[in-house]
Amino acid sequence: MTPDTTRPLILLVDDDEDFLYQHRIQLENAGFRVTTATSRAEAESLVDEATPDLAILDLMMERHDDGFVLSHHLKRKVPGLPVILVTAVTAETGMSFTPTSASERAWVGADAVLAKPIRFEQLRREVNRLLQRS
Amino acid sequence: MELKEQALSVETLRVLVVDDEPGMRMAVARVLKTYTVRLDESEEPVVGFAVETAETGEAALDAMAASVPDILLLDMKLPGMSGLDVLREIRERRHETLTVMITAYATLETAIEATKRGAHDFLPKPFTPEDLRVAIRRVVRHLAVQREARRLAEEKRQVRFQFISVLGHELKAPLAAVEGFLQILKDGSAGSDPAVIARVIDRALARTEGMRKLIVDLLNMTRIESGQKRRDLVETDLREAVIAAIETMAPAATSRGIVVRLHAPERAPILADRGELEIILNNLISNAVKYNRDQGRVEVTIDGADGGGWRIHVADTGIGMAAADAARLFQDFVRIKNEQTRTIPGTGLGLSIVKKLAQLYGGDATLASEPGVGSTFTVTLKAQAAAGPPTPASTLSPPL
Repeated sequence: MTPDTTRPLILLVDDDEDFLYQHRIQLENAGFRVTTATSRAEAESLVDEATPDLAILDLMMERHDDGFVLSHHLKRKVPGLPVILVTAVTAETGMSFTPTSASERAWVGADAVLAKPIRFEQLRREVNRLLQRS
Repeated sequence: MELKEQALSVETLRVLVVDDEPGMRMAVARVLKTYTVRLDESEEPVVGFAVETAETGEAALDAMAASVPDILLLDMKLPGMSGLDVLREIRERRHETLTVMITAYATLETAIEATKRGAHDFLPKPFTPEDLRVAIRRVVRHLAVQREARRLAEEKRQVRFQFISVLGHELKAPLAAVEGFLQILKDGSAGSDPAVIARVIDRALARTEGMRKLIVDLLNMTRIESGQKRRDLVETDLREAVIAAIETMAPAATSRGIVVRLHAPERAPILADRGELEIILNNLISNAVKYNRDQGRVEVTIDGADGGGWRIHVADTGIGMAAADAARLFQDFVRIKNEQTRTIPGTGLGLSIVKKLAQLYGGDATLASEPGVGSTFTVTLKAQAAAGPPTPASTLSPPL
């Protein structure tokens, strides 16, 4: 079976292998093609090979701000690429990693921010919404 | 001159003088207006004073209802309410002020009564300007100590808050992973491929195992830090303990072709708690295997420490780490995150526990590392005094 290139390609980046595995299964079952990376560098080289239609990025990888930086780079490389940031760090930790000011948000360029644990239904809704918009 | 002194002040403390004699109020105000106190031996910071006055206890309480002074100079004998009445009222209102009682007839009884009601110090009448300055200086020192204690308490609260926040995060991550796997099984996303289903179950089990280890580490650490853990110090052979730890890790080492060697004297007697030794050695040797390359080596060496006791060196041929990472490694929940360590499970508490335990033995845990070459961890365990009164080493453990 040759890969059906008419299906949207989703780039999934997280340093947790289990998160990647679970979401790959779910997204593929939902009819998407999925490519995964476990670091910012790996994600950036994947994008050079095949341009994704949407990216789902974990906020914290090797460094705390990797998700932000990756989002910024992807948006510059692929203008109009919808980006969903996923974060496990919520307000309860007292550490805020959500971009707060308008200029910060503009720099990061994420289209949606979801807090872990994310329900798959919720993720699929966001993915469909952003793909329809673009 | 006066202006210059004021300009140097980094802080002005408010003093309320309560005395029915106008001469006394004026004298105190005059002395304190030009007086400054250094908080310590250094040049700065300097504290100056702003003086307000009240003629009666009632007037003083009215003034304090609006704004509480840092220091209260309170005459014992006042028309209307007495100084003791004012003290009681201040206590009821929970005003935070340091009170110095001014008293003409300082009997032991009134002194005791005033202290009971919260007076900090006494200034017997008549007093010289120098007497006043000495009393004020004492109050300021006390204030400084009080503030430092509060700052430390706040700092401790923050550290604890951070710890619990990170802990919550570390417990939520595996829970989310297990939930995700169960969800996949429930909704049939895993399909019917036995290999996929087996992987889903294995990973879910691996994550619960990681969570269990974290909880065990956490309980160990809490016991060590609280000093609640009963330490059973017995004569033990460190060599034997190391051999036992190596045997525990042997299956993991063998499966990756890693050779573990021991260099130790025939006997290495030490007075130690066997459980504590086991935690230290298992952590060091399992790290040396986990973070090693396949076909690597682990060299465990025991030699004598200066001034008695032993040093345990565990050297690996693993991934090593940069100096900046090495400096953080013994802190709680610090794990070096990179491409090589991503798939290696760990709680981030092991080395923090090792260091705390080594300190219980008057020793320490240190690390020398070179990226790509390997790391050598060294734990020093000082000789312990025989059973009986608390050993000096045990005082090194700060109560939490």
